[in-house]
Amino acid sequence: MVRFENVGLRYGMGPEVLRDVTFGIPPHSFQFLTGPSGAGKTTLLRLLFLSLRPTRGLITIFGRDAAKLAPDETAALRQRIGIVFQDFRLLDHLSTYENVALPLRVQGREEATYRAEVTELLHWVGLGERMHVLPPVLSGGEKQRAAIARALISRPEILLADEPTGNVDPSLARRLLRLFLELHKSGTSVLIATHDIGLMDQFDARRLVINQGRLTVYD
Amino acid sequence: MTGRLRRPGAAAAPAPAPERAGKPGAQAARAGNPAALSRPAGQRPIVPSATVTARALIAVIAIMTFLAGITIGAVSAVSNVAAEWTADIARETTIEIRPGDGLDVEAALAKAVEVAKATPGVADARALDPAATARLLEPWLGTGLDLANLPVPRLVAVSLAATADAGTLEALRAGLTLQVPSASLDDHRLWAERLSTTAHTAMAIGLAVLALVAAATVLCVTVATRAAVDAARFVVEVLHFVGARDTFIVSEFQRHFLAVGLKGAAIGGGAAIALFFLGSTLPSWLSFDRQIDTLVGALTIDLRGYGGIVGVAVLVALVTALTSRATVYRTLRGIS
Repeated sequence: MVRFENVGLRYGMGPEVLRDVTFGIPPHSFQFLTGPSGAGKTTLLRLLFLSLRPTRGLITIFGRDAAKLAPDETAALRQRIGIVFQDFRLLDHLSTYENVALPLRVQGREEATYRAEVTELLHWVGLGERMHVLPPVLSGGEKQRAAIARALISRPEILLADEPTGNVDPSLARRLLRLFLELHKSGTSVLIATHDIGLMDQFDARRLVINQGRLTVYD
Repeated sequence: MTGRLRRPGAAAAPAPAPERAGKPGAQAARAGNPAALSRPAGQRPIVPSATVTARALIAVIAIMTFLAGITIGAVSAVSNVAAEWTADIARETTIEIRPGDGLDVEAALAKAVEVAKATPGVADARALDPAATARLLEPWLGTGLDLANLPVPRLVAVSLAATADAGTLEALRAGLTLQVPSASLDDHRLWAERLSTTAHTAMAIGLAVLALVAAATVLCVTVATRAAVDAARFVVEVLHFVGARDTFIVSEFQRHFLAVGLKGAAIGGGAAIALFFLGSTLPSWLSFDRQIDTLVGALTIDLRGYGGIVGVAVLVALVTALTSRATVYRTLRGIS
């Protein structure tokens, strides 16, 4: 699904923050991306999410060379990838329901065609009673689950999550991990960026360890 | 998600229960009083409208449209007044009969009126009687004049028809020279030329001011719109990251800012139109005397002036929409 070959990236004229990164994300896989703060996890996620272009190397996503994508093609591919940001990135003027429905709304779908789908997903992530409130009154964990639901609503083939348990207590972190595993069982490839060793120890999965811009894969 | 995600069962992966938040607003919402921060499901605009920046942008647009509208109206009013002055003078001309030895002034006046009326292009000719002549001289010579004792010239007011041209005055002058030698024709050419020059100068100044105000309006609206779009950069980013095409994001913002522009322009343009409308109608409603009526009457503009104000309002709204479009595209290029 995704293939990185000798990918390097530098910001401007600065040093390379990623060097010779080579790895792949197979279909129906589950992996953790870990490493110390500042090692390049978020940068790697941005490359995976097509919001950055590498300065060298080849990135292939769903069989397409990421360097040759037109803006509309990028948007179409991005609809096949769900991302959960560390800071949630919910729109405060839209309700939980509207935030979750946003990826379908931007595809031009009528609300009547997705209302039941969004409502079901919100119940699935435990926000059925909170779908009409605005994000400012949601707790950190509720925001996290709303962000996850938004990433899932368009049925992505790959889910990327940046520190999804960084703002929640250990109990909720475990519940969120179960949610990701459930999603993985349903066929979605999942990549979770985290430096939470405790979280990774709960599930034996492939680990991508990034350190000083270099990536090592532990299958 | 039906068909792809299994609802977690009791033994599998139970959905996380809503946990407690410490925020008073959250507690109030949970306590069943979420009126301020909860709303029923619906399709709110993707671009937030009730923000401080949006209200400030509406205010800037309204003020600049009002100023531009006032300028357009003022230029239009000056243009109308100048054209009216010039036309009034051009439509009127005067025959002057100078008294002389043995001249029968009344007979000369009657002859001059006859010659004038017989000239093609003259609509009317009317001799000013002694009383009317005395009224003309009152400001300088006072009341109770006996013109018979003074060598005061007598006048014939000649009104030209709409079909009159330069040949009309030449024919009238030739007729008077032949039949009323004591008469001279004052065609007000000097006054007309001076007024024309003044009118053209006033128009040039007005148009220069209009160009400056228009440039200032476009610049202010452009800068304010860019600031408003930049304030909503977060929304652009989120839409971009949830897979919205650039054209979708741009059209959402363009539609929103066109509405903002139209709202501000309607307020500013409407205020300018109301001002000129009141300026043209208030004097008659309040029965002002003629001097005040004349003074305030300078605010009167015609349909072309009102059209100009509406035009500038539409232009401002379009500038707002197009600026938002360009700024969103620039933001998207920055994100990618």
